Amino acid sequence: MTGQGGTAALSVRGLSKRFGDRVAFQDVSFEVGHGEVFGFLGPNGAGKTTTVRTLGTLIAPTSGSATVAGVPLTPENGVEIRRRISIMPETPGLYMRLTVAENLECYADLYEVPDPRDRIERALRSVKLTDRAGDTCGSLSKGLRQRVALARALLPDPQVLFLDEPTAGLDPVAARDVHELIEALRQGGVTIFLTTHRLEEAERLCDRVAILNTTLRTVGRPDELRDRLFTSALTVQTVAPLPDPGGVFTGLPGVDGWRSDGPTGYVVAVSDRIAAAPAVTRALVTAGADVLSISETRHSLEDVYLELVSEDEEARRT
Amino acid sequence: MMMLLGRRASTGRADGSGQLSRRRVRAIVRKEFREYRRKGTIVYGMVIFPIIFLIQPLVSVFALGSSAASQLANRHELLYLLGIPALVPATLAGYAVVGERQQGTLEPVLTTPIRRGEFLLGKALACFVPSVAIAYAVFALFVALVELFAQPGVAPALLQGSDVIAQLVFTPLLAGWSIWIGIAISTRASEVRVAQQLGLLANLPSVAVTTLIAVGVIHASLAIAIGGVVLLLVLNRLGWRLTSAMFDRERLITGS
Repeated sequence: MTGQGGTAALSVRGLSKRFGDRVAFQDVSFEVGHGEVFGFLGPNGAGKTTTVRTLGTLIAPTSGSATVAGVPLTPENGVEIRRRISIMPETPGLYMRLTVAENLECYADLYEVPDPRDRIERALRSVKLTDRAGDTCGSLSKGLRQRVALARALLPDPQVLFLDEPTAGLDPVAARDVHELIEALRQGGVTIFLTTHRLEEAERLCDRVAILNTTLRTVGRPDELRDRLFTSALTVQTVAPLPDPGGVFTGLPGVDGWRSDGPTGYVVAVSDRIAAAPAVTRALVTAGADVLSISETRHSLEDVYLELVSEDEEARRT
Repeated sequence: MMMLLGRRASTGRADGSGQLSRRRVRAIVRKEFREYRRKGTIVYGMVIFPIIFLIQPLVSVFALGSSAASQLANRHELLYLLGIPALVPATLAGYAVVGERQQGTLEPVLTTPIRRGEFLLGKALACFVPSVAIAYAVFALFVALVELFAQPGVAPALLQGSDVIAQLVFTPLLAGWSIWIGIAISTRASEVRVAQQLGLLANLPSVAVTTLIAVGVIHASLAIAIGGVVLLLVLNRLGWRLTSAMFDRERLITGS
């Protein structure tokens, strides 16, 4: 998880932020390694954007500590941290009357990047907007504006890039373009902290994800989280109901239990799917069953997310 | 503007301390100038007050006959034009922070390494330069029109050396004060229009004082002039500090 001298790109310990009585997020701890794409998921109002703003030194934490791009998160270090990171907020916030190039020139100077012309050209090339450099931002579509905002975030060659809902409100084609850009950045070794509502986006792009719902509910690789929350299972479909399903599935190697799933469907809980799948297949054939399909039950990141968020909802109700 | 603030601007708190980057200040100024050029309403706003302030003294000066020129020795009609540097920057400064906030452009700027002082100084300079330029241009136009079209004897009586010097000295000082008040209001206002109106209101005392001197109610003297310069220098310094203290990233971003 770490690298580059053994320190994490982001290290957060017990971080909390309150606005008066309202808790934005509480006791959040995680680490993000160099070059990692880290997904930060959570429902509306979970504290994702506030976390990004806190780590980006825009707002001060109420308690806890963090190290951002190797620099401790303190008020004195605000400028130094902002020099090493960049944040793409949810709304692009471009100067609409200025051209794309003028927007980037302004930010190249704010970041004090050396050789700004070359850096702007590179940033525009990476988001495929070189031919729109002279257009005013007000004349661009939402997707293109998002790309300009991404180019702006790339200008300082950040050690950590925070992307806050980068595909919010984009159509599928524009969202796919942003995904491709994130993939390219990942291949370039940029550490990315991605907040998103789109679970398929997180599943596809992120090495690890954290689920926040004011408190941090879980952190891990998407497959790890699935394994942690859901038992592995095989789904069996037969043409006709099995006369004695218990006799077929009980006692097989790697099989922990089973349940019916419709008149001709069975879900077989397994501890070791490599051992269980061939054994279940053989048992079904031996029992003379006409098998339609045997497949592994795949839980998506969405299942994990919904499970955790609904647990929170239930806890609040009780 | 830097001269008005002292040798090195420091805002005292963590984010504001340290050497200010000229490049970042320049980036803000250049961005503002580009926006002015492309937004007609900003230019109209800058032009409308000078026109109002030019008409009244021109009408009263043109109405004077040669025989009335002697009356001007006790009046300081030129100082009436000092209302321009007091009011022109107020609308620009009122927009400076809350305008960016409403457009959604403030947060991305504040995510860069820019310091509070650099941002505020950039904004202030972007208001200061056109305001002072317009005030001087209107003054030059007024002088030219008086020289060309006023009755004989009026121009030499009106254009007293001390009033011209006062115009040159007080224009940047009044503009600076107006800008700091305007930006300070802009950091706390929730709407551009409210910020601009409050900014104009806050500068009415300056306009009232210059007008009272212009019409002879307050007797102009060297002591009053020196006192005015010192007072405005102090107010500019205080305005800078006050604005820096009021500029709170967290409140501006979260609105809380």
